[in-house]
Amino acid sequence: MKNFDYAKPTSLSEAASLYAEYKDKARLLLGGTDLIVMLNDGVITPDMVIDLKGIDELKRLEVKDGFLHIGAAVTFNELIDSELVKKDFPVIWESARTVASTGVRNRATLVGNICSAVPSADSAPSLLIREALVTVVNTEGEKDVPIVEFFKGPRKTVLKPGDIVKELKVPVISQRFGGSYVKLGRYDGEDLAQTGVATLALEDKTYRVAFCAVAPTPVRATEVEEFLKGKDITDEVIEEAIPIALKAISPISDVRASKEYRLHASGVIFKRSLKAAVSRMNGNGPAYGTRLV
Amino acid sequence: MKKEINFVLNGNSVSIEVEPNEKLLDVLRDKVGVKSPKYGCGRGECGSCTVLLNGKSIRSCITLAIEVDGQEITTLEGLQKDGITPLQKSFIEHNAFQCGFCAPGMTMTATELLNKDPHPDEEEIREAIAGNLCRCTGYDTIVKAILDVAEKK
Ligand code: FES
Ligand code: FES
Repeated sequence: MKNFDYAKPTSLSEAASLYAEYKDKARLLLGGTDLIVMLNDGVITPDMVIDLKGIDELKRLEVKDGFLHIGAAVTFNELIDSELVKKDFPVIWESARTVASTGVRNRATLVGNICSAVPSADSAPSLLIREALVTVVNTEGEKDVPIVEFFKGPRKTVLKPGDIVKELKVPVISQRFGGSYVKLGRYDGEDLAQTGVATLALEDKTYRVAFCAVAPTPVRATEVEEFLKGKDITDEVIEEAIPIALKAISPISDVRASKEYRLHASGVIFKRSLKAAVSRMNGNGPAYGTRLV
Repeated sequence: MKKEINFVLNGNSVSIEVEPNEKLLDVLRDKVGVKSPKYGCGRGECGSCTVLLNGKSIRSCITLAIEVDGQEITTLEGLQKDGITPLQKSFIEHNAFQCGFCAPGMTMTATELLNKDPHPDEEEIREAIAGNLCRCTGYDTIVKAILDVAEKK
């Protein structure tokens, strides 16, 4: 591994100026579960690594002003251990549990996961259906980017060198709802998703659907959301909805699965996920965290 | 740009100079001489390098040594400082391992689990050790050994 300088600033403004100074010669470090592998492989060779874990405000995890604030340094296991997240943001909770394994989740962060922007990011579909905002800070100021605009391609986001994601803001939903994240992988533990889907059913008969691992970026399936709008979810409606949902995705073949398998399996998990979402909304679904595949 | 870091290792304070690009696993094994964490995959996937950072299991192969400045690290050597633990006894009784390469990492992960929840069920145990790969045993003996201590607690 090529050597680099290491800095651990204690404030966000300090981190932002340092990053502004080094720009694309610097990389940000949170859990390191992705970054250190890339450093090791020589895929990236920064002059400076900025460790953000010394910044207290990035550890924030609370509901305030209608949003759940998930600071950049909050790890997956901290989300899983939070009663608040489990109760009011259950799909985020459920998807966090499917990320790698506990030794990785003790370090890996939700914000780091979305900044890595791999197409299979388990946390992305649940953030898409909750319409999260990504708060980006740089020396010029701060802005919120809707998560649906955040991903630009495999490992590509709207972020430019100098931009630091401070937190995710997830809107609180005030009506009754149910949701689910279903991930299909080859085995439990470290495997990446072959396909994953998050769905949300709301009391006003609107629905939200998003996939990961089956397109260049995690995607929201808006066409099928339109189709489902106002409908009661019956088996017939789901069968009709499946091909519409699959229009949103464009899977590829790789070591984990073929394109055909991914398409088929995406339909199957969409169906299971939506059924679970509706039954959870009605209070008679399987507990969150129950395996649906 | 060597930097001196200070951390607590198995209850003792350690000061050592490291380069920013040195990984915790290498520093522990090659510089400090703590050999229980093993190098398996080097990319966070097998769990054989697992140590506890402030009581939480982490992959030392994808952690920079410089990151643990001011923190607390526990390895198997620290766990068994005052003799082997009930968990380790149970591993022996169940003949849980074969080659033993995965054993230190497995033990650290299972220790964290039992600290957090003294009575996990089989599914929780399997979930907790899902990231610790064992190529010999098929996991059954390992799971039974952990279950056994969990039930006795
Ligand atoms: S050697 Fe660290 S996880 Fe495999
Ligand atoms: S006993 Fe050999 S790898 Fe587990």
